[in-house]
This record gives sequence, C-alpha cells and structure tokens, in this order.
Amino acid sequence: MFKAGIWIETGENGVKEANFGVITAARGHGDAEIHAFVLDGNADAYQDALQSYGVQKIVSLGTDGGDLSSKPDLQAAALAEAVNHFEITAFLGLSSARGRDLLARVAALMDAPLVQDCIGIDLSSQTVSKSHFSGKTVATVKINANPFVCSVRPNTIEAQIAPCQCELIEYRASVQDPGKLAVKEIEKSRTGAVDLTEANIIITGGYPIGAAENYNLLQQCADVLGAAVGASRAAVDAGYAPHSMQIGQTGKTVSPKLYIGCGLSGSVQHFAGMKTSKVIVAINTDAEAPIFEKCDYGIIGDLFEVVPVLTQVLREQKS
Amino acid sequence: MQIYVCVKHVPDTAARITVVGGSGFAETCKFIVNPYDEYAVEEAVQLVKRNGGEVVLVTVGKESAVSSMRSALAMGADRGILVKTDAQFLDSALTAQALKKAIAQDGTADMIFCGRQSIDSEGMQTPFRLAQAFGMAVVTDVVALSVNENQAIAEHDIGGGATEVLQIQLPCVIGANRGLNDPPYPKLPQVLRAKKKEIKQVDIADLGLDLSFPLTEIIKLEAVPERGKAKIFEGSTRESVEQLVKALKEEEKIL
Repeated sequence: MFKAGIWIETGENGVKEANFGVITAARGHGDAEIHAFVLDGNADAYQDALQSYGVQKIVSLGTDGGDLSSKPDLQAAALAEAVNHFEITAFLGLSSARGRDLLARVAALMDAPLVQDCIGIDLSSQTVSKSHFSGKTVATVKINANPFVCSVRPNTIEAQIAPCQCELIEYRASVQDPGKLAVKEIEKSRTGAVDLTEANIIITGGYPIGAAENYNLLQQCADVLGAAVGASRAAVDAGYAPHSMQIGQTGKTVSPKLYIGCGLSGSVQHFAGMKTSKVIVAINTDAEAPIFEKCDYGIIGDLFEVVPVLTQVLREQKS
Repeated sequence: MQIYVCVKHVPDTAARITVVGGSGFAETCKFIVNPYDEYAVEEAVQLVKRNGGEVVLVTVGKESAVSSMRSALAMGADRGILVKTDAQFLDSALTAQALKKAIAQDGTADMIFCGRQSIDSEGMQTPFRLAQAFGMAVVTDVVALSVNENQAIAEHDIGGGATEVLQIQLPCVIGANRGLNDPPYPKLPQVLRAKKKEIKQVDIADLGLDLSFPLTEIIKLEAVPERGKAKIFEGSTRESVEQLVKALKEEEKIL
C-alpha cells in the first residue's frame, strides 16, 4: 500500500484551511492511505475536520525530548522518525513559512529528495511541477528516491471533501533535541491579520498609496472581503509598509483566488510573486500601465476614489 | 571570524527566459548574483569588518559564474572558490555536498551564509542540507541578526504578521532574506580591486562525489504564457466597480 503522510499546520484557529488542499493532493494517488501528523497535542480536536477530507490515520506526535513547540530541530527529528516508523513514501505539507522550514529540516535529516513550493503533484509517477525563474517557467521535476518530501503552495490545489472514518494514534518518537537552536519569542506585529501566503483574497497597494496610514483604506476593503493586505517593493522601499507585507520577487509568493492590485505598474518582479493567482484585477490611473496587458479585469482610475467605492458596494451587497 | 558565503550565478530578474531543448534555457541572457545572496555577502562583510577575519565566497556553477563572483568580491569579500560544473541546474543535495567539500577543504567555518533561495530553480533547501552536512544549526529567511561570541540571535517572518526570534549556536548556517541589510552599490575602486582578488577553481569531478544519482531532476521546462489584456470596465467609478463586482460574482464565482 502507498502511504502518504501530511504535516498538519495549525494555528490559533485550529487546522489551517490550506491543509485541506494538501490532503486532496495526496488523495490524487487513488490508492494512498493518508496519515496526518499533528505536533501540537490537540489531534482529537482536529479529527472531524481531517476525516472529512479523507485522512485515515491521525498521528499525534510527541517525543522523549520534551516539549516540541520552541524547538524546530526536535520537531524535524520527530517527524523524520515517524515517517520511517509509519513507512511513509510521500511526506507532504504546506509551503508556508513554517512548512518550508520544517519540511527542509526533515528532508535534510533523512537525506531524502525535497521539492518545495509545488503547484502540481502526481504521486503515482513521482513527478511534481513547480515555478522556475520566478514564475516565468514551470518545471516538471522527477523524484528519484523514496521516501520523498514535498511542500505544496497554498491554494494551488482545490480542497475536495471525501469523508471517512479515521483512527487516532499516539506516537512518541525517541528523539532528543540537538540543543543548538531554540525559539526565544514570537512577536505579533499585526494581530488577527490574515496570513498573506494563505489568503484567498489579497488587495495590494503600490507606491501611489503615498503613506503608511493610507493602507487603512485597503484594510477597510480587506475587512469586508476577508482579505489580506499586501504591498509592492516600491511601497516597502518608500517606508509605507513593512517588508513582511511585500509581494514579489524578493517578497512573498502568493496564490489567492482573487488578487486586486491598486496602483501597481505590473513589473516582472511583482508578477513573480502573484502570477499564479486565479483572477487578477488592476486599478490604476495610467491606462498605459503594463499591468493592464496581463491581468483579467481592470478599472482605470485613482485607487483613492475606486477603493472606497468598492468597499461601499461590497458592504451594500453583503447586507 | 572565518565566514563562507554561498553565492549563485543566476539569470537577471528581468531577463526573458527562452526554453531550449525541452528542459533547458538559452543562457545568453544577462546573469547576476542571486539577489538574496547579496544580503548574505553584505552581512558577512559587515561582521568581518567588526570582528576581523575573512569572507570567502563559494560558488557551484559554470565557469561563467566568475563574473558574478567578481561582483560579490567588489562588495567586500576577500576571495572565492568556484566549484565548476557543466550544468546550470544541479540537484540541491549535490550542490550542498559540493559546497560542503569545498568549504571543508579550505578551512574551518565560524559561520556560513547563503541566500534564502535562488531565484532560478527556487529550491529553498541548500542551507538546510549544508547545515546537516556540517552538523550545524540553521535558520533561513533571516531579516535581523546579531552575533555574539558563540551564539547568534536571528529573526524571521513566520506569516500572519508574526516574527520569530531564535537563538542559534555557532558555528551555524544563516539563510539571508531581504530586509537583513541594505547592500550599497560597490564604488569603482572596489570593482577594480575585486578584479585582482583570488578565485580558486576546483572541478566538481575532483571532489569525490557520486554525481550519477541525483535525488531530483528536471525533465521538462515550459514557458508560462502571460494572461491577455484586461477587460476594462468603463463608466463612472460607481458603474465600473459594480460591473467588476458582478463579474467576480457571476463569471468567476469568487465573491
């Protein structure tokens, strides 16, 4: 039997929505038994959600080496041992900031093949697709050894419900932390903010936003949409937004269902970070802006006029 | 401090990529130092300025990579080692092994810097594999770093507007992200001085690695077509916004 394992990323609100796309990707094998690995000790609370997407076994992972929460290397060691113990062939997870870090640690420990940020996966043939050259090309990569590790770009594989009954397993890995790396603290700068890389809708402000406080205008629209707010490199360089909000070549790569770019010119570097969005909308005063040549919908107008009207219309239609 | 910085020679961010032969690309485009690696070089150079020591670049690439190594030397690195290959894309596990051998043959690293990822193959794993090969700890995506005698404090973004602060024991591997520093453009005297700095060349075949079994290989490369022209909504602001919302609801079924 082909066994797929999935590292489940959890947060304050439980299982992150984007995990369900990863589970769906693993089910694509047809004959795979799906294991979900949970590190936060709350596996029983996630049972309903995980089994509705076809997870057959939930493994609640603990270690002899104590609390996992602030030790990335201990988490990786526990996962690597569990992958071996449960005879997992394909080990998958989200290509979020945490996922890329953790899965790379696991692959390095196991000396296993790793492809990060996959946008397509065929487990039967062990081939995956991923962006190369900042989204200008897509590479098909053949994986030549087992077990292998892949991280999947959030939102690129649509989640599909497939209810089943799942079993809860406790597993205690006999690993210790190497003691060379520890998380000291986590600083929340924007509490409650929707995570950019996992957001279904993103509204981004470019250089014409003109001041940090003007992002409030986009935030109001984002609040109605349940969206996250992003920034262009030019806006970040001008000090209008922190680097953590930057989308593009040297910022974050996102793949939402809807991307609304306000005051963006449409540079190659920006598109590198958002090209795989499903629908791209541009709002720009310049009818000649390159972005209008390569997006789905456009409104020629000033973001300071258009965005408040958009917020208003969305509010009206919601109520 | 003895600091090694891994630098990759990659096509320019703005270069047009032409796929050739199904899984390759026309390498006639302009090449640059991988942008994330520039933050790695700058951080290493500043550390050595403060603490003394040496910054050594290590590149795995074709002979043409010398041009990017010269650019990185102009940023203040002292010398370089080029591990010569004949392919632009080498499996990340092999790249990490080659980097490890080249560094171990040269000296004892107090720190190793890399960029968080290359912008061509976007592997996002070499720093982790390199750390594993040396038995060192690793943190990537680093946007702030302070180094003491035998430990460093590194910060990286973990999404949702949150930053994680990590304590890491030296020697270690650091993967630099944009935000870590702001590398200045090298001035002419630095560029001229860089031309005289040593770049030692080693053939990858002489490192004693088994190159016959890559863990992954690229079997196909395809250009991604651009979207066509946007459908522009006209009329008053209110009218165009209403048409947009209607399209997103009824045609795209997003809202």
